[in-house]
Amino acid sequence: MKILVCMKQVPQKDAPLKLNETAAWIREDVSYEVNEPDAFALEEALRQKEKHTGEVVVITSGPARSQQVLREALAKGADRAIHLEDNAFVGLDALNTAKAFAAAIKDEKFDLIFTGLQSDDYGYAQTGVILAELLGWPHATIIMHLEKNDSGIRVKRELEAGFFQFVDMPLPAVLTIQSGINKLRYATLIGIKQAKNKPIRKVAMAEVQSAIGENLQKIEHLYVPQKTKKTEHIEGSPAEIAKKLVDKLRNELRVL
Amino acid sequence: MPDTILVVVEQREGKLNRVSWETITAGQAVAAATGWTLEAAVVGGTASTFAAEVAAKKVAKVYAVESPKLEPYTPDAFAAALKQLITAKQPKLVLMPHTYQVRDFVPKLATAMGRAVISDCIGFKHENGKLLFTRQMFQGKLAADVSFASDAPWFATFQNGAFRGDKAEAGTAVAPVETVNADIADGVVRNKPQEVFKEAKQAVDLTQAEVIVAVGRGIKEQKNIVIAQQLADALGADLAASRPICDNGWLPMDRQIGSSGQTVAPKLYLALGISGAIQHIVGMKGARTIIAVNKDTEAPIFEIADYAIVGNLFDIVPPLTEEVKKVKAGG
Repeated sequence: MKILVCMKQVPQKDAPLKLNETAAWIREDVSYEVNEPDAFALEEALRQKEKHTGEVVVITSGPARSQQVLREALAKGADRAIHLEDNAFVGLDALNTAKAFAAAIKDEKFDLIFTGLQSDDYGYAQTGVILAELLGWPHATIIMHLEKNDSGIRVKRELEAGFFQFVDMPLPAVLTIQSGINKLRYATLIGIKQAKNKPIRKVAMAEVQSAIGENLQKIEHLYVPQKTKKTEHIEGSPAEIAKKLVDKLRNELRVL
Repeated sequence: MPDTILVVVEQREGKLNRVSWETITAGQAVAAATGWTLEAAVVGGTASTFAAEVAAKKVAKVYAVESPKLEPYTPDAFAAALKQLITAKQPKLVLMPHTYQVRDFVPKLATAMGRAVISDCIGFKHENGKLLFTRQMFQGKLAADVSFASDAPWFATFQNGAFRGDKAEAGTAVAPVETVNADIADGVVRNKPQEVFKEAKQAVDLTQAEVIVAVGRGIKEQKNIVIAQQLADALGADLAASRPICDNGWLPMDRQIGSSGQTVAPKLYLALGISGAIQHIVGMKGARTIIAVNKDTEAPIFEIADYAIVGNLFDIVPPLTEEVKKVKAGG
């Protein structure tokens, strides 16, 4: 099984974000991490490789710092990486990002392409589905289980409210992976050492420029959301907070 | 001729998904702001059986897009059928609810038409003749007003709860219904879906709980959940959790609150060590009163909390539990 995992580097979950001088984007002096659903997608690919043999390739687009995501993936067991390296990739919308990926992998022959179901920065949940359409492949989203069978694969789609659905699909296919599909592994020291020798192919913007176009949507205004809720802070020592809260629960909220 | 807005409603298991009424409300609001005409579409094997309910709302027209190939749902069939409808009727703006099913096909549909989707919007603005869609970024830490930079059709999806379904205006007369037979060739549909099923035995129905105590990653370890359980017991509340807690197996799946779990609107929701990721918030933002405890003063949960306690839940919760017990015992 030859599997491509599309990964993204996003600001750390608890990173305090500030707008830059022009308020066009955030100030980049924050810590970054791998987009969590993508880590689950990588883990699933590694498990499928362990089960069926094959190759796991990871790809990302972004500035030099995003290579960290690829290095960590290689350390965990991915075989090689593709880095579309340019600051300009950060501003591409999902359609252009998918087009850039499709262009970068045009000479490869993958059986499966995984993405995380959505990213923690934009949260659009589109790139994987768009990529499937561009490649002309079937796809399924929000996947919680995957099994190979004679006609292709059987996946378990997560639906709302605790419902699920199995879907049989042919290969090749694109799947967007849900968090919690598996348990993430840690990179071993040996893995980290071996990662240094694994190839990272750099793809410049110029190589994929002809495949992408202008963004079809534009962030006109990025801002700190105006709070509509009136929040009362309860302060003091834990004992004082307990008394104040219980007072509210009893007299204002009437739940005691 | 004014431009049209097309709301694509969702039907599920023989019933209209009630989140569709929220999208109708949204469509009516955009129509009122822009002067555009509002139409709706239902898609399915027997879409016309659902059309009458939609036609009772204040919409100019309802399309019932039908084909046996549309049952059960597959992204191939839905994208093909809607591409035909949209190509024929040429709406300016296509609106849908941001459901798991819509997420599964609308990016495919838009891409097939060379267009874009602005997804998971929480509202819109109409400023200087320009339509902007507001959405959350970075799990709610920032907001963005986004415009389309392409020709029509434009596609946008709205987050659950962004509009009120009960505010969808009824029509003064029943709107005309046009049945459209979708022409889906053999071989277009590649996925073979099986029956939808519920996995967890629903031991607890959190939608009926008056008070909920919910834990998130801040609880750190499974053995600490007892701290929250004790508070829940003292309050006579139900225990719930954000997704990561259930993924770890620390609490069963039927305790999950959020887009993948249950959506609740209790009298009181106590969020302990929950950061407030969008996927969780959509499941509980309807609670009458929200109390949040989190040591991160920037946690997005505080944006929607009525009462905020910035602090370590391990310091805050045990004394709170004791105080609740004391007061209940008549202290």
